[in-house]
Amino acid sequence: MTTIVLPTKPWAASKQDRLRNFLFYLLAVAVSFVLVAVTPMKGKLAYAVIFFITYMTVTSLYSLLITGSAAAKDAAIKSLVGLGATVTLIPILSIIGTVLRKGLPGLSLGLFTSDMSLSAPTDPLSSGGLLHAITGTLTMVAMALILSVPLGILTALYLTEIRGKFSGPIRFLVQAMSGVPSIVAGLFILSAVLYPITGNYSGLMGALALTILMIPTVARTSEEVLQLIPNDLREAGTALGGTQWRTVAMIVIPAARSGLITAVILGIARIAGETAPLLLLTGGGDRVTGKVFDGPIGSLPYYIWKSFNAGSPEALTRAWAGLLVLMIVVLILFTSARALSSRKIS
Amino acid sequence: MPNPVNTIPLPRELTTKPRRSDKVFRQVVTTGGLSSLAILGLIAFFLARSGFEVLREEGLSFITSSEWSIMTDEIGNVTESNFGLAAMLVGTILCSIIAVVIAVPISVFSALFLNFYAPIWLKRILVSIIDTMAAFPSILFGIWGFLVLMPSVEYWAKLINKYFGWILLFEVKPYFFTRSPFVAGVVLAIMIIPIITSVSREVFAQAPLDRIQAAFALGATRWAMIKAVVIPYGRSGVVGGAMLGLGRAMGETVAVYTVLNIVYQVNWHVLLGAGGNVASLIILKFGEASPYEIKALMAAGLILFLMTLMVNAGANSIVKRTGKSGR
Repeated sequence: MTTIVLPTKPWAASKQDRLRNFLFYLLAVAVSFVLVAVTPMKGKLAYAVIFFITYMTVTSLYSLLITGSAAAKDAAIKSLVGLGATVTLIPILSIIGTVLRKGLPGLSLGLFTSDMSLSAPTDPLSSGGLLHAITGTLTMVAMALILSVPLGILTALYLTEIRGKFSGPIRFLVQAMSGVPSIVAGLFILSAVLYPITGNYSGLMGALALTILMIPTVARTSEEVLQLIPNDLREAGTALGGTQWRTVAMIVIPAARSGLITAVILGIARIAGETAPLLLLTGGGDRVTGKVFDGPIGSLPYYIWKSFNAGSPEALTRAWAGLLVLMIVVLILFTSARALSSRKIS
Repeated sequence: MPNPVNTIPLPRELTTKPRRSDKVFRQVVTTGGLSSLAILGLIAFFLARSGFEVLREEGLSFITSSEWSIMTDEIGNVTESNFGLAAMLVGTILCSIIAVVIAVPISVFSALFLNFYAPIWLKRILVSIIDTMAAFPSILFGIWGFLVLMPSVEYWAKLINKYFGWILLFEVKPYFFTRSPFVAGVVLAIMIIPIITSVSREVFAQAPLDRIQAAFALGATRWAMIKAVVIPYGRSGVVGGAMLGLGRAMGETVAVYTVLNIVYQVNWHVLLGAGGNVASLIILKFGEASPYEIKALMAAGLILFLMTLMVNAGANSIVKRTGKSGR
């Protein structure tokens, strides 16, 4: 009679290990409760800190006794790493939770069908909405897209396809440009275009500032994507007799298409909620306007800012509702980026 | 049967001369590539031109004094003005350094967790959450920080002051904790954690698999493997991510403005509720500023611009240097 040896996973945690780990958790919880009750340390922070320190000590001590100092270090780091991930997550969950909790009461159909031309932020929620803000943001983002996508992708192409003698400096400058504070971009447009040329707030001014902020994001992400395109493809294009222009346009860019779309979407996400330059440049109009090149125009961040600074409970609810809408816009952008970029290359 | 003619084909002309289409293409791409140079140059030029008058008037005291005042007579002429950025500069640096000091360890640990500890399903969820958070607008962090986070952070600040108050940095006199640089630093830290985390995560993920496996085969624990393979490989990437975060923290406007108390006095005590921030100053003063004061704000913007440029240049050189030492 032969026995068949079943495959095992010697590295996986056994039932015993899991039980032990669970007991360690329980012990840590118990210690934190006891210490909080006995000592003058109070509050959520005390629970968390004591729990963490106890758990880390207990698991490291156990590993030290059973296996040795290397395992003890490993166990301690494992707790630290888990702590790091938890601390990263807490604010995210808190932000999303708060925005949902405080923003949902402010959401209504009227919010999306009316603007604030006849109401103040402190009015009851039934009057006024943020239609002007949504249309304004969409207009400005669209204009910024038209300006920044060609420039960003051309920069990336220069860095990956031409590789001229300026590659090093330009890579550095794009990096530097991504560090340009948004308020500086706003001041620049203010001093270079608004004061000397147009002399009036407008959506175009906002879009110009947003363009400056968007170019580096698009350029850097596209460059990374284009670097990933294997050189074989470029060589194949040249070997078939294609000029560089044909190779880039017919082979490299289609191959990198999904990545380039992701780059554009990341750029949009970068600028959708940008507030500081819009505070300087757009004037924050309260009505839906088709005049993009002249006169104040509303935007979501400006609407939120205005409502937040008005300070009354109604205004705050408006601000939270605006934040909720803005957050949903960013989330939709991200999801669509994922969906688009996961589509296969034809 | 005719003899086969022995003709040797003439050698074809080989040329590497680009066609016209390529010339146009290269020209267009190069022009587009130089746009970043043009934009940065224009920013520096226009801000310097607008701020020149104030910079000449104030001289060096624009960055060494911390008074910010302007007097006008009845018809709006400037009679006396003092513009100094010292407090704002110190505050900006203080807040962003606090943010980086808090954010870097947390981000590195969570990046390690995502890459080497979390099960695949958890990793996938967490990565999409953290990447989305990196795109959250700063105004969201600002308002959330002001209404939700600030009370807790003030409590933490009081704890730190109680136990570490003997360190000069944590001294608080008078006893006033509201809207301190520490609060702003914590909010900024939360803003830059996702950025540093995703940069570090991507760098760590590129650590060569064969070396990881070799380390495990030699009997390394997970931490020993990380210390021997991943950290040396990813160090430069982490520094780059941290610098990216520092740059973003220095130029952040709205989030800081909502949680920081702006005081025109140099303050190194991080827990005291008196700070400064160049970007916030610009937003604060812009609304009611006279044309002359706007020029001063432009000059302040120029200083901020140069400062972030310097941080980025420093970041680049550090990344280049450590990149070589990484195995």
